[in-house]
Amino acid sequence: MNRPTISSVSSARSSPQHQQSTQTQRLQNGEANMTDSRLDTSAASAQSAAVDLNAPVDLPNRIDVADLNIFYGDFQAVEDVSMTINPQSITALIGPSGCGKSTFLRSLNRMHEVINGAYVQGSVVINGHDLYGPGVDPVAVRRKIGMVFQRPNPFPTMSIADNVLAGQRLNSRRMNKPDAEDLVEKSLRGANLWNEVKDRLGKPGSSLSGGQQQRLCIARAIAVSPDVLLMDEPCSALDPISTLAIEELMLELKSSYNIVIVTHNMQQAARVSDRTGFFNIEGTGKPGKLIEMDATEKIFSNPGERETQDYVTGRFG
Amino acid sequence: MSRTTEYLPSLDTGSDDHRQDHDKITSGSLAGRGMLGVFGVAVVVGALTWLPFGSVNWARWIVVTLISYIVGTYAVARIVESPRQATDRLATAVVSSAFALVLLPLISVIWTVIDKGSNRFDWQFYSETMRGVVGEGGGAYHAIIGTLIITGLTALFAVPFGLFTAIYLVEYGGNSRFAKAVTGLVDVMTGIPSIVAGLFAYALFVLIDGPGHRSGLAGAIALTLLMTPVVVRASEEMLRLVPNELREASYALGVPKWKTIVKVVLPTAIAGILTGIVLAIARVIGETAPLLVTAGLAQGTNWNPLDGRMTTLPVYTYQAYKFPTLPPQASIDRAWAAALTLVIIVAVLFTAARLLSSILKPQGLK
Amino acid sequence: MLFSFNTFSESEHVMTDTDTGSASAQQSSAEADDQLFSKDTGKLGDRVFRGLSFGAAGLILVTLAAVAIFLFKEGLPTFTGDQDELDNAESFLSYVGPLIFGTVYISALALLIATPVAVAVALYISHYSPRKLSHTLGYFIDILAAIPSVVYGIWGIGVLAPILSGSLYPWLDDYASFLPFFGSDINVSTSGRTMLTVAIVLAVMILPIITAISREVFLQTPRLHEEASLALGATRWEMVRQAVIPYGRSGVISGAMLGLGRALGETMAVAIILSPADGYFWNIITNSNSNTIAANIALQFPESSGLEVNRLIATGLVLFMITFVVNAIARKIANTGFSGADG
Repeated sequence: MNRPTISSVSSARSSPQHQQSTQTQRLQNGEANMTDSRLDTSAASAQSAAVDLNAPVDLPNRIDVADLNIFYGDFQAVEDVSMTINPQSITALIGPSGCGKSTFLRSLNRMHEVINGAYVQGSVVINGHDLYGPGVDPVAVRRKIGMVFQRPNPFPTMSIADNVLAGQRLNSRRMNKPDAEDLVEKSLRGANLWNEVKDRLGKPGSSLSGGQQQRLCIARAIAVSPDVLLMDEPCSALDPISTLAIEELMLELKSSYNIVIVTHNMQQAARVSDRTGFFNIEGTGKPGKLIEMDATEKIFSNPGERETQDYVTGRFG
Repeated sequence: MSRTTEYLPSLDTGSDDHRQDHDKITSGSLAGRGMLGVFGVAVVVGALTWLPFGSVNWARWIVVTLISYIVGTYAVARIVESPRQATDRLATAVVSSAFALVLLPLISVIWTVIDKGSNRFDWQFYSETMRGVVGEGGGAYHAIIGTLIITGLTALFAVPFGLFTAIYLVEYGGNSRFAKAVTGLVDVMTGIPSIVAGLFAYALFVLIDGPGHRSGLAGAIALTLLMTPVVVRASEEMLRLVPNELREASYALGVPKWKTIVKVVLPTAIAGILTGIVLAIARVIGETAPLLVTAGLAQGTNWNPLDGRMTTLPVYTYQAYKFPTLPPQASIDRAWAAALTLVIIVAVLFTAARLLSSILKPQGLK
Repeated sequence: MLFSFNTFSESEHVMTDTDTGSASAQQSSAEADDQLFSKDTGKLGDRVFRGLSFGAAGLILVTLAAVAIFLFKEGLPTFTGDQDELDNAESFLSYVGPLIFGTVYISALALLIATPVAVAVALYISHYSPRKLSHTLGYFIDILAAIPSVVYGIWGIGVLAPILSGSLYPWLDDYASFLPFFGSDINVSTSGRTMLTVAIVLAVMILPIITAISREVFLQTPRLHEEASLALGATRWEMVRQAVIPYGRSGVISGAMLGLGRALGETMAVAIILSPADGYFWNIITNSNSNTIAANIALQFPESSGLEVNRLIATGLVLFMITFVVNAIARKIANTGFSGADG
């Protein structure tokens, strides 16, 4: 089986040549025409092979969702979702408010069960294990699949260092001091926060700015070495500069984690994600559905479904 | 110009008087110095009450002052300003006087307790009991010990009881019928008269030990009944203040629910919970009635809460005042000294509660 | 850089970098197998903690049921036991009747005195005093609530009673004795140990409760309504009358009922101050006064034995029922009646 050259794709993604290479791809795929003002025909072709991002990747941490239906008591929130989420990539979930994308995201680490009466039908398989299989403990699932929330929520009673270590400490994992310090540094570096806070690791987590707090939450999430990182609108409470910082961070983290992000901001989805899934809802009280899922450029330039087209062009939402 | 005036509605709609009021934006004002003047006159009028007696009668002076102030304000304002203004000033005078009036008993009680209690504010009072004492001397050592033992036991029972009930209501109960029933019953508990709580504890121990039972433990059980609902309400409020996002962050890290509660929710709420507990203790430490019917009165120190009468400070105070030995003044002095001790303890607890609240409060929470 | 899978064992370092490759991935996959079925996910702790919480809540139910049951059990012999044992063997009704009268009469009086003052003070703190001071002023009122009732009792009999019997009572006796409250064929009290004195002391004790609740409610008046009133050119008092008081009406009533409940159950102040007598007395400035249930228990219990104790407990049960009803009404008003000026 052909393995796509992941490193070349990811490096192309994070480089400023990003725009040009995708345009080249689109040209080659016949998806764009020469008069498109966004084209830059002088772009060097970064790669000649068209990457089929839709093909399931045979690497660990791939998530296969099959026929997932999510219920809160009698109410069905999400209907019949099937998708493959490839590892070492960023998958974005977009859609109007209330369309079930957050609910779906939360079902990937069984967080929706925090609400009484929530249950699912269907399966979510990662590394050969169905997260909803018999005997599976949700708490164990959450230790492998991390989550970052919309509003930064560092624990107010803990210092910055303690926040990073919270995942370990709260699970009573004993660590000797040098290992703990290593972990703190590693996680904070991984979250691009180390340089800003290395001199005040003992200060409370809430003393940071919003963007820094969110990066602290990311550091806290990656400190437990999850396989997958779920992000529920991580930048919606942040200013544009912090948002940019988080997006850059996401692109760096992509190579180590399988990242799934829910976002209201279509431009953000277009900026950072490799594949995008569009959710929609027929009306209030109806369940949300996955309308279309494809490579990000396709979704935003030439989507297959009418609804997707309407949404990404701003006709509704 | 004449064109436009045609279309203006006529202002000549009412009587001259009405128009006067309506157009008048400025008027005489009774503000500032005027008010002070009225107050000064009122004070003098009040002082006139000295005359028949030739001595200062504080209560009469203050009451008359306040009344004259209220009446005077209204009268003067009515003349200088307008009737509406006068009513407004009257209202202001009334509510301010009400506040001043309420301060009177507060000041009086505190002053009296300090004044009369200091007669026996001595070492002997705090180191001796009443065993063998008839008349002068004696102390409240046994009462202090009794208070500490019984209050300590009460806290030991009521804090876990109340805290876990609050945890149930906030973290597990949700909207279930059981939770609603529990909340309603906690409300009922809040309203139990203290003497009834004492009777219940007595009845309970009669079952175990037969009639005529007296013990510190029974007293503690009665006080637990009174303290627990206070702890539940305060803790519940504090736990609800913890943002849900913190719980979610913890769950998302794969932390089980009980650890989330113990290591995230409780530490975040601990400042308010501790404050509530200290205030609850301050409330029960002054309870007399339930202890009268359970722990009774003893003359000496009893270290065993399981058996025998045990005196507490409030019961000591009651006994010394209501059933004085001879000479009665010695007994009354002891009662006031015990009262002073009680007030000091309550004041210390209140201050401790405020300090706790400000020290322990985690930054980042409002 | 691929992160390999790590086993969550206690002793290992958490983040180890291993080299990439599918071999390690497959091996770790087996380790990951254990993860999803790991036992250290706090199941036991969850069960224990849950049990403690539910248990405590259940204990509340059990406790209150026990209170009702035990009081009944110990009170019942009053009616079934050998009546000769009782000190003054009368029917229970004739025994408890004057006590109920005294309890309700004195508490109602205290409520009558306390409520207007409490509302005025609450208004003062919420709308008239400088905003910066309102917290401190509220604190003073809370201090009133903290003073133990026995201290109020000895202050009442030692300080307040002489003042009142020296000034107010003679005045009332001279000028108002045509009213049944102030005149009868019993002489006016010279010691001041009267129902009026007790009512005033009780009023001071329950005032903080009523004030606190009223203050809360007044502060919650929607700014919208207040500003609407002021924009119409209302004076401050007119605004308060139009917007604040209607909004807070049910809250004030609820607070007053809670205060009443407190007054009904108050023991020590009454026991110390009041000079009790057996019967129904309307005159509130004499030394012959109907006693309250609670004070009667406090006075009689230490020296009682046998059936007398049972009878006292039966009166306690009556008191419990009265306060239960009053508190239930208060809660009902608080929960359902918060309309005021709102829709």
